[in-house]
This record gives sequence, C-alpha cells and structure tokens, in this order.
Amino acid sequence: MLTNHPKTIAPKPPRIGLAILRESSLFRLLIVTLAIFLSMGLLNGDRFFSYRNCASMCFQFPELGVFSLAIMVSLITGGIDLSIISIANLAGLAAGLVLAQSGANSTHILPAIGLALAVSVLCGLLNGWLIGYLRITPILATLGTMQLFMGIAFVLTKGHAVAGYPDAFQTLGNGTLLYLPIPLVLFLLCALALQILLSRTTLGMRLCLMGTNPTAAVFAGLNVPRLQVKTYVLSALLAGIAGLIVIARTNSAKADYGTSYLLQAVLVAILAGVDPRGGFGTVWGILLAVLSLQFLSSGLNLLRFQEYAGPYINNFTKEFTWGALLLLVMVLHRGHGEGRPEATGRRL
Amino acid sequence: MGRSQSIAGMRRLLRRQEFWLALLTLLLGVGIGLANPAFLSLANLFDLCQSSTVTGLFAMGVLIVLVSGGIDVSFAAIGAFSMYVTSKVLLAWGFQGSAAIAFLLAAAIGASLGLFNALFIAFFRLPTLIVTLGSASLFRGFLLAFIGTTIVNNLPEGMIRFSKLTLWERTLPGGTTAGLSSSFLWLIGAALFVGFLLQWTMLGRGIYAMGGSLVAAERAGFRIRRQQLFIYGLAGLLSGVAGLVHACMMRNANPFDLVGMELNVIAAVVLGGASITGGRGTVLGTVLGVLLIVTINNSLILLNIPSYWQKVVTGGVILVSTGITARTSGRRIHGVGLC
Repeated sequence: MLTNHPKTIAPKPPRIGLAILRESSLFRLLIVTLAIFLSMGLLNGDRFFSYRNCASMCFQFPELGVFSLAIMVSLITGGIDLSIISIANLAGLAAGLVLAQSGANSTHILPAIGLALAVSVLCGLLNGWLIGYLRITPILATLGTMQLFMGIAFVLTKGHAVAGYPDAFQTLGNGTLLYLPIPLVLFLLCALALQILLSRTTLGMRLCLMGTNPTAAVFAGLNVPRLQVKTYVLSALLAGIAGLIVIARTNSAKADYGTSYLLQAVLVAILAGVDPRGGFGTVWGILLAVLSLQFLSSGLNLLRFQEYAGPYINNFTKEFTWGALLLLVMVLHRGHGEGRPEATGRRL
Repeated sequence: MGRSQSIAGMRRLLRRQEFWLALLTLLLGVGIGLANPAFLSLANLFDLCQSSTVTGLFAMGVLIVLVSGGIDVSFAAIGAFSMYVTSKVLLAWGFQGSAAIAFLLAAAIGASLGLFNALFIAFFRLPTLIVTLGSASLFRGFLLAFIGTTIVNNLPEGMIRFSKLTLWERTLPGGTTAGLSSSFLWLIGAALFVGFLLQWTMLGRGIYAMGGSLVAAERAGFRIRRQQLFIYGLAGLLSGVAGLVHACMMRNANPFDLVGMELNVIAAVVLGGASITGGRGTVLGTVLGVLLIVTINNSLILLNIPSYWQKVVTGGVILVSTGITARTSGRRIHGVGLC
C-alpha cells in the first residue's frame, strides 16, 4: 500500500546508561515496573522479597524474555512472527530426540544444540522465503508455518513428550553461573547481542528503516526480500535458543508446550514500547517489560496464599490482568502522542 | 465480438479466487469421495454443514473486520463469554421459554463486548491486532476468573429444544435418521445479511472504502468512527450468536471451548480471498473458504490419515493457497504491503 504516511523520525540509536531515562516511554515503563514491584511487595509482605521468590523469578522470566526479543525483531521490520513458539518447540524436539537417545552420556550435547539451532534457522529461512520472495503477508505466512511446524512436531512425536536428558544438559536450564541462573545469563547474552546488532550495525539500521517505511526502503535500494529473510532467520534463531532453555529447564520436549507465550511475548513487546507498525523498539524496553510482567505473575501467584485475596486469584486472574495491562499501556502511549494516530493503511 | 467477450469473461473468472477455491473444494470432495464413499453420504454432508455453522458465523464477523482493514482475534473469547454468561443467567432465572430469548441475550452480550473493542479502535485509534489480542485475554480471563470454570450441563429447556430441531430429515437405509440441524439457518441468514450489507448498502461500500484507504475514505466523507463502532459491534454480535449455537450443538456450555479456533477461522476467511490489508473480500469466497477448512479438518479420519497430521495439512493448505494468491495478485512493489 502506498498510502503510508511519511515517518520522518529516524530511529534514534538506543542510548546507554542513565541517558535512557530521557526516552520518555522508557521512563514511564520504568515507573510502571517499579510500581508493580512495590505494590506486589506491599500486598505480599516478606514473601515477595524472599530469596526463594527472587530465585524462582530469575529462572522463569528468561524464556519469555528471549521469545519477546524474537518477536521484537519481526515487529521492528513491520512484520510479525507468529511461529516463534512452534519453532522453539520443533527445535527443542530435534535436540530432545538426540539427547533422549544418548541417555546419561553427555557427548551428544553439542551436536544436539547444533541440530536445534540448524532446525530453527531452516524454519526461519522458510518464513523469510515465503514473506520476502513469495510476498505472502507476514501474519499469514507465519500463521501457516506456525501450524506447519507444530504439525511436524506432532507427527514426529505422535503427541507424546520426549523426556530424560543428561544432567549436564539440564544445568543449561537449572544451573547457575557465578550465582546467576544460566537461563538468565543466556537471555542477557541474547539481549546484548541484539542491542549491538540493532544499534551498531548496518543490518540493524536497515531493519529499522524497512520497518519505518518499506516504500522508502525499496527506493533507497535495499534488497528488501533478503533483509526479510535475515529478519525471520534472526527471530527463528532466538526462538531456537528459547526452545533449548525450555527443554533444559523442564527436562522434556513437547509439540505444544507454552502456546500462551505468544500472547505474552506480544504483550511484553508492546509494553516495551516496540511500535507494532514497525520501525522502533529497544532491548532496554524489553528488559523492563519482561521484568514487570514477571513481578505481576509471581506477585499474583503469591497472593493466593494471602487470606484476604486468595479465593479471588487463580491462573485466569493473570490472563485478565495481562489483557487489561496491554490495553491500558496502549492507551497511555497514545495519550502521550506516541501512538501515531495517523491512518497508515498498513495495520497489523 | 461475442467470442472475445466470452474470452474476457473467462479470463475474469480465472482471475477470481472464488473460482479456484470452488474448484479446489470440488476436487477435494471428489477425491475424498473416491477414497472413501462414506464422505458423500447424506449423514456426513449434514455433519459438514453443522460443523461449518459455528466456524462460518465467526467467519462472517471476521470478514467484515478484514474488509475494513482491521483484524479481530477476540471473537472466540467473545463467543465463549456470551455463551457461558447467557447459559448461567438463564439458569439462574429458571428460564424455560424459547431459545429466541437466549439468542437475543447472547447477541446483546456479544455486541457490547464488540463495542468495547471498537471503543479502543475508534477513539484511541490503536492497532486492531493489539487491541483484540488484549481484549481476548481480558474477556477470557474475566470469564474464567470471576464467572466460573465449571461446565454447565443442564442447559435451559428452550436451548435443548432448539438443538433437536431439524430443517430436513431423511431416514437412511440402516433405519437411522440423518437431519440437517436448524442452526444451519443462522449461517444462511448471517451470510445473506452480510452479503447484502457489503454489496448493496452505502455502509458496506464505506467499509470497503476504509479498508482500501482510511485517509481517502475519511476525505470522501465516510464517518470512520461510526463505521468502526458498527463493524466491531456486528462482529461481536455474530460471535455471541456463534457461541450460543455451539452450546446448543454440544448441549452444554463449556467456558474453555472455542478459544483456540481463531487462527482456523481467520485462515478460512483469507483462503476465501479476503485481503488481510483490507478492501477485498466476499461472502461467497468466505463460505467456500470455511467449507474447505472444515472439509479438510473433518475428513482426514475418513481418509485413514492419523489426526496428528491435521496441523501439517492445514498449515500446508494455508501456505499454498496464500502463496498462489500472492503470486497472481503480485502487482505490488517489492517490500510494500508487509502487513
């Protein structure tokens, strides 16, 4: 569609340190995160600040964090990758099939990890080819591949879980490194790599340009189909890493694990200020948003043990709160003139 | 002259997605019928019609939304919400009357939830995918957290009576009877209504216009906000009705049902030629798309294909058909029209 309104604001290179606070949406997000943290702390008392709760939170949120990074990559380019969860499960399953055969033997670990990453890259290549070269719109292409990849995983396992991996592999999901949970370390590494890619490399700049104004990107001589392949390979690779963390933490791989992560990852990305119309998003935002969502989830979980709130809280209260939060944050962003209310003709 | 006209007509036909879709569905039907004659039995065809009803009702709502340039992923949550709340409320009243009241109530609940979506879309101008993603989680969360999680098995009398009504009944050689459920009328009614609305009313033309270009439609004098309120309200209403039809067919109201079928419905509508960027889509195409998806999902078992292949097949069909559409209508500049 050629009616794209000109998006004149060039993506600012994300700044490091206290300067990020000047980014008003990030500042608001920081306040939201702190507010959720403090209110959950007040409602739950010591239990929320206990070592046990903090440790369990640190093991839980990295998975969602990596998924959110993956979906941010596609959102920045103005597309969306709905197939990340299926890719993660398929890649995890590929590794799981190798690992489950090896028993306690840890020689298979590296090949299994390599296989998982290779599978995710292949999935990403297919997505990128469909979107870039066949020119199927991203929602539809990834909607189809989401079913396809999950279907392949189902066919491979007939719906059963593949469980039982070497202990050495499980430390990837349950171990610690210098007191930090390894999943957290992996998430931070992914975040750092993505931050560098988006802010310091030509590829990152081009991805943002393509999302800001695809027409301009074409006329600027960018090879858009190739960029799209790179986009979806990148998001698939991140999904594959998330898949490895998942199977290492749960010691099993399943075709339809964690399908609710998709909504949560979109929620995190929107909370983080990633523009769903493309062109803008920061890793810092993702970091804060995923933390605030984890505080909310863990806080609500703990509230079940409180006499005054327990009967009213269940898993679905969380779902309700996520939905409410998503709408609220969108309205708030909009209220501050960042919702770009102009009609673009291109909507998700 | 006549000949060139007929050739031109032929070309136009070949370019219509509906034609290829009808051909594909027909070929699939013949193929499955050859592999397993049970497919073509009256009982199975009635069954297909019945399975298409709920998907089809949802699809009509999704069609209007897609044509207007938006996307709705909250319809299944709205359907589940309306169906469950209606059943609970009527039971609490001890209501014994006709199913019409139940449908009215479900439609009203659905429409108000749809208007809730419209509020965010029309007045805050937020992207429709994100709004409906959020509201889907909000509705479902509210339903399961605050209203209930237990299945209602003793539906009001009127709904049970409605579910037993058949439009047309035939006694099969074996002595059993096969009947076309009267709920199929809802789908026919909704299809006719939406078709009339889109083709023959100013409002319908306005919906196509805003899907083509929101800015142009606004400048041409269409009242975008009002149209959006109408579109999402109507989509909600249809979802409410679809939810209740589902409850009547199942003879129970399960709050966990329906959610999860969103992508299948959207796939059916898109298969039917509706453009996800808006401005394109027809009721005929949507009906054919629904038929194709339902046939595929229902017939794998008849073909002796294990059910775990279902997702591979559906995914493959979506990719192949959208790929063909993208290639045949690929006059866009590279890279434009990402979403």
